[in-house]
Amino acid sequence: MNKTVKRWFPVFVLPTLIAFLIAFVIPFVLGVVLSFTEFRTVADAKFMGLNNYIRAFGDDSLFLDSLWFTVKFAVVSVIGINVIAFILALLFTRELPGTNFFRTVFFMPNLIGGIVLGYIWQVIINGVLYRYGYSITSNPVYGFWGLVILMHWQLIGYMMIIYIAGIQNIPGDIMEAAKVDGAGAFTVLTRITIPSVMPSVTICLFLTITNSFKLFDQNLALTAGAPGDRTQMVALDIYNTFYSRTGFEGVGQAKAVIFFIIVAVISLTQLYITRRKEVES
Amino acid sequence: MGRKIFNIISFILLVGFAAAFIFPIAVILINSFKAKFSINSSPFSLPMGDEFVGLSNYETGIKSTGFPPAFGWSLFITVFSVALIIICTSMCAWYIVRVKNLFTGALYYALVFSMIVPFQMVMFTMSKTANFLHLDNPLGIIFIYLGFGAGLSVFMFTGFIKTVPLGIEEAATIDGCSPIQTFALIVFPILKPTAVTVAILNTMWIWNDYLLPYLVIGSDYKTIPVAVQYLKGGYGSVDMGAMMAMLVLSVIPVIVFYLSGQKYIIKGVAAGAVKG
Repeated sequence: MNKTVKRWFPVFVLPTLIAFLIAFVIPFVLGVVLSFTEFRTVADAKFMGLNNYIRAFGDDSLFLDSLWFTVKFAVVSVIGINVIAFILALLFTRELPGTNFFRTVFFMPNLIGGIVLGYIWQVIINGVLYRYGYSITSNPVYGFWGLVILMHWQLIGYMMIIYIAGIQNIPGDIMEAAKVDGAGAFTVLTRITIPSVMPSVTICLFLTITNSFKLFDQNLALTAGAPGDRTQMVALDIYNTFYSRTGFEGVGQAKAVIFFIIVAVISLTQLYITRRKEVES
Repeated sequence: MGRKIFNIISFILLVGFAAAFIFPIAVILINSFKAKFSINSSPFSLPMGDEFVGLSNYETGIKSTGFPPAFGWSLFITVFSVALIIICTSMCAWYIVRVKNLFTGALYYALVFSMIVPFQMVMFTMSKTANFLHLDNPLGIIFIYLGFGAGLSVFMFTGFIKTVPLGIEEAATIDGCSPIQTFALIVFPILKPTAVTVAILNTMWIWNDYLLPYLVIGSDYKTIPVAVQYLKGGYGSVDMGAMMAMLVLSVIPVIVFYLSGQKYIIKGVAAGAVKG
């Protein structure tokens, strides 16, 4: 069987392989190479060693500022979203009336695109701040919390769905046994529910961490980095380095490589840690 | 007794949360009928008297963004990209699982690896490559989406195919089916639930994607997110009325899609996450 299937390689694999090479593999390799060069159009690339990497952290670079902003944003969002989503998921397993309606409503924002979400929240936050004579771009603090609120609004429903699926997967007899043994609600939560939903925790943390770090559309639409690039996250900083500053293309690519390494290290570490905590059932 | 009170409190909490989730959508809907200068100052009031401008925001918005063609391009690119992704990646995943060698193993890991790479890493070089190969048009971008969507899609299909018993396929081969017939008639029907999940996840991504279509085809063909972002433009003030109208028009197709396939979407997303 293996042999006959093997001959069909051109039909089964080739279309995906070629598309993957063109859209990802070649651009990725080229990107790594270009990060060590100075270039405007790719063809004129000149080898510059680690120069771009040094310039990425230079005084006129906003890379470290945007990185710090991103890290703060990610920490607040990841914790907030997961805690609220988990509490909502717990409420949903209590068979309250209207569960279907609530689930539909909570999940809906996740389907709306980042650009549209950004402008929706810009109007609302500006509407609130207008009464006090401010706007979202008056102070970076407003932009920061605006992004945090937006991210909560978008992802809580998504994570809640995943936690609900996890909680429903817990075998009923374990819960029964715990109750027969006289375990209180809190003991059941910390000793049974949370350890049993660790696979859901793994995936929810992975999704919220990577989405927070890679956030671009929402950032562009809500504040576009204003005031003065102080609400600029890493993805937007890299974009602006590439397309708004001539002569900085190589620096932008070097930042992109560093960004990739940071995202890869953080998400793989998280997967490794939480996977180990998953119990075999 | 205590349990009952707790349930009532939980219910009230959920109602409050639901209101907070619907509120932003209601605000843009109300403001889309409001004169543009009252939107910034009083976005939370109903349009009264002079403030009510009927559908004029929709007229200016549609004219200045070219919304109908943007809707058409978004629909075209999303539908055909998702169809191509489903067909090609399910076949590729089946081949990877059934033909185990060094090459398919390496391909699988390369695809999984591509899932954690941020778009900014390949943003510039990918748009240059697309340009160089003349893929910077609505047909070419479908092919690029196949390459970008391949990671997640192949990953999810292989996860499911591993659980499909070989016996049925071997029986089909003995009956004289070619691999392509075996795949189309036997394997693909079994993959349907996963195909629905893959289709939903890719639809949500491609329909809402901004940067990729902007960089690759943005100057000639605008999708909905690109058209909305264009309203802001480079020159100062934004027509808030037109912006509100465009936000409403962008959200409507999403809500229609969601409400018509809600059961599959929520199930699909949960299933996708569990396998991931």
